[in-house]
Amino acid sequence: MTSLQIIEDSTVYDAIVVGSGAGGGMAGYILANAGLKVLMLEAGPFFDPAKDALQLRWPYESPRRGASTTRPFGEFDAAFGGWQLEGEPYTTETGTEFDWFRARMLGGRTNHWGRISLRMGPDDFKPKDGLTDEWPFSYEEVKPFYDRVDRLVGIYGTVENLPNEPDGIFLKPPAPRLNEHYIMRGAEKSGVKVIPGRGAVLTEALPGNKDRGTCFYCGQCGRSCKVYGDFSSSSCLVIPAMKTGNLTVIDNAMVREVLTNDEGLATGVSYVNTKDLKEYSVKAKTIILGASACESARLMLNSKSKAHPGGVGNSTGLVGKYLHDSTGAGLGGFLPQLLDRKRYNEDGVGSVHVYSPWIQGNKKLDFARGYHIEYWGGMHMPSYGSHHGIQNYNNKVPRTDGMPQESGGYGAALKQDYRRFYGASVGMDGRGTAIARKENYCEIDPTKVDKFGIPILKFNYKWSNEEINQAKHMIDTFQEIMHNMGAVITSGIPGADTLYGLATPGKIIHEGGTTRMGNDPKTSVLNKWGQAHDCKNLYVVDAGPFVQQGDKNLTWTILALSMRSAEHILEQKNKLNS
Amino acid sequence: MNRRDTLKALGLLAAGSAAVLANNSCDSKGNKTPALTDAADKMPGIQEFEYERTKQLYEETYFNEHEMATITVLADIIIPKDDKSPAASEVGVPEFIEFIVKDIPDHKLPMRGGLKWLDVYSLNNFKNVFINLKPEEQIAIVDEIAYPSKAKPEMAQGVNFFNRMRDLTASGFYTSKEGIADLGYVGNRPGVWTGVPPDILKEHGFLS
Repeated sequence: MTSLQIIEDSTVYDAIVVGSGAGGGMAGYILANAGLKVLMLEAGPFFDPAKDALQLRWPYESPRRGASTTRPFGEFDAAFGGWQLEGEPYTTETGTEFDWFRARMLGGRTNHWGRISLRMGPDDFKPKDGLTDEWPFSYEEVKPFYDRVDRLVGIYGTVENLPNEPDGIFLKPPAPRLNEHYIMRGAEKSGVKVIPGRGAVLTEALPGNKDRGTCFYCGQCGRSCKVYGDFSSSSCLVIPAMKTGNLTVIDNAMVREVLTNDEGLATGVSYVNTKDLKEYSVKAKTIILGASACESARLMLNSKSKAHPGGVGNSTGLVGKYLHDSTGAGLGGFLPQLLDRKRYNEDGVGSVHVYSPWIQGNKKLDFARGYHIEYWGGMHMPSYGSHHGIQNYNNKVPRTDGMPQESGGYGAALKQDYRRFYGASVGMDGRGTAIARKENYCEIDPTKVDKFGIPILKFNYKWSNEEINQAKHMIDTFQEIMHNMGAVITSGIPGADTLYGLATPGKIIHEGGTTRMGNDPKTSVLNKWGQAHDCKNLYVVDAGPFVQQGDKNLTWTILALSMRSAEHILEQKNKLNS
Repeated sequence: MNRRDTLKALGLLAAGSAAVLANNSCDSKGNKTPALTDAADKMPGIQEFEYERTKQLYEETYFNEHEMATITVLADIIIPKDDKSPAASEVGVPEFIEFIVKDIPDHKLPMRGGLKWLDVYSLNNFKNVFINLKPEEQIAIVDEIAYPSKAKPEMAQGVNFFNRMRDLTASGFYTSKEGIADLGYVGNRPGVWTGVPPDILKEHGFLS
């Protein structure tokens, strides 16, 4: 290369949206439907689940039989990407940990997510314990947007009237599987309430929507859905928005910087085409970042100018701070009552059939807030690894065939054991509130760049006793539930040496907080509309704006808040025009 | 979209016939696991690097003939033919193991070394390599390494190898068409989930 040319597009779009996941997809959808000319930039390739989903593939259709070599959640999982991307590294401060999952594709991580769709509650927006800052609005202000997301996207569940676990507008939930009946019985004895799940899957036709099919119960939401029976941003927001003629998507476009003028206002972005490595710049009146909490923070920190010497939106130095993921810990085993069980198709939906909300408050506990419980088990499609490790459990119940009571084995007796144990697995995972702390953050690594020459992120994240004690409570509770349902634990019971199995920060893939909202420009990056305090035409619509997430998986809140931000943009525009 | 339109969209409802659904409409033809000996055509949804990787792995050979023969004998000792399903080698398990150790290289050294360990142990005890031993001699050795809970401490390396060999055999077998049929998994096809069948609920005491 002897010259490096930046190809400038003279079009001035009404808005540029960076990223096409839940946040970017919703913003693009709302604005394009309102008639704005929108350009969406996605770092990965175009992806349409109707064509690209690996749904209904059998393991024997691939020589690696579903192993996770090329995709962390198995080769048929929908997410292109993973914990490490070729040529796009990140670093961590010595003595701290963070695992960063990135999906580079249209729709981002929404193509493979668990579809568990929980609203944050009144106490999550306005905490009563004073431990973390309040959001700049209450649940009541967000509720109309949650309602509209329910109607637009579709969600199953049941009205329960529980404290701090708001109900929505629900389609019918899937019936429990057999192992889930045992779970409900066992959990009840432990005083843990189990209710029907809440998931973004169309268990019924979505009123008013002719483009999406209803669920046909293959249980493979993680592979994304060919009939658009579940929510992916690609299938439910971006592709429909393109049909308005107002949304243009450029894929394989890795955004380098937000461009600003002398007054500090955003004028556009520059990006590199990841295929031909040509450089581009595009212009818009409003810039909306939905690249994911850490990627948007990285982009802002890398967008330095005279007006924004520390990076756009970062006059407080808070971009990247308050990074928080969910906590996670779990136990697994099998139910002796399900050995040699009758076979039938129980694939069900790919999201949770039942779950346990956190409704006990946290009085008398040695940690703040709480966690919800997700359950698993049953007769699933076999994959690489699903029968590994039988020597760890096949001697834990009395034999019925007169063979020696020993672990492992071979031959006819072993073959009988694989049949006997098939579908008897059961387990549970907690997903809880991790406290958003200024001390946990990502920043630009001062010495390193990725293959595009873009400075990379360095993470600095440590768990505190709040999270560790919460994980201990999970493990104690799960042991009791497993005991009360008569299950045998085979996963091992993690102790203090492993922080009670507490997952490494980032591992639950619920990271947020890096560009938090607030009314005070000195203590927050964005105002209550998701608009940068120091750059009025720059918005962030991913999980970066989260002041503090509850124990609820964050996608539904990203969707509601992105819708709210997009409508604020429309209102501002209408004010100017009137 | 209603259920009927959904299935049409999926391409599963041929002109007005719902009967297709009653069959294994999503299965490939026949009852046998299709042999995959080269990279299948690049299908939608497969990333370029995945396709290239698979293609490249097919071109490489890891195990030599003797090692493959040993793997085949072991796989069939672990999963022999019975009245319900074929033996491991009949459904392509050795070929699967050859592929997967290249795909997951952490398996390579323990497998190669373990196979060598087995031959040396066979030689020391029965004066020949494992595949040339009489079946009862082979079983005598397998009995020493197949049961971690009763194996002698000095057999730990053999036990570890056999655990891995058992795992890989099970992975290959139960992801084959025949293995899936043996387990009785009947999903991965469009259907309607209305809950656990009543007779089963009753059997487990959830319905009186």
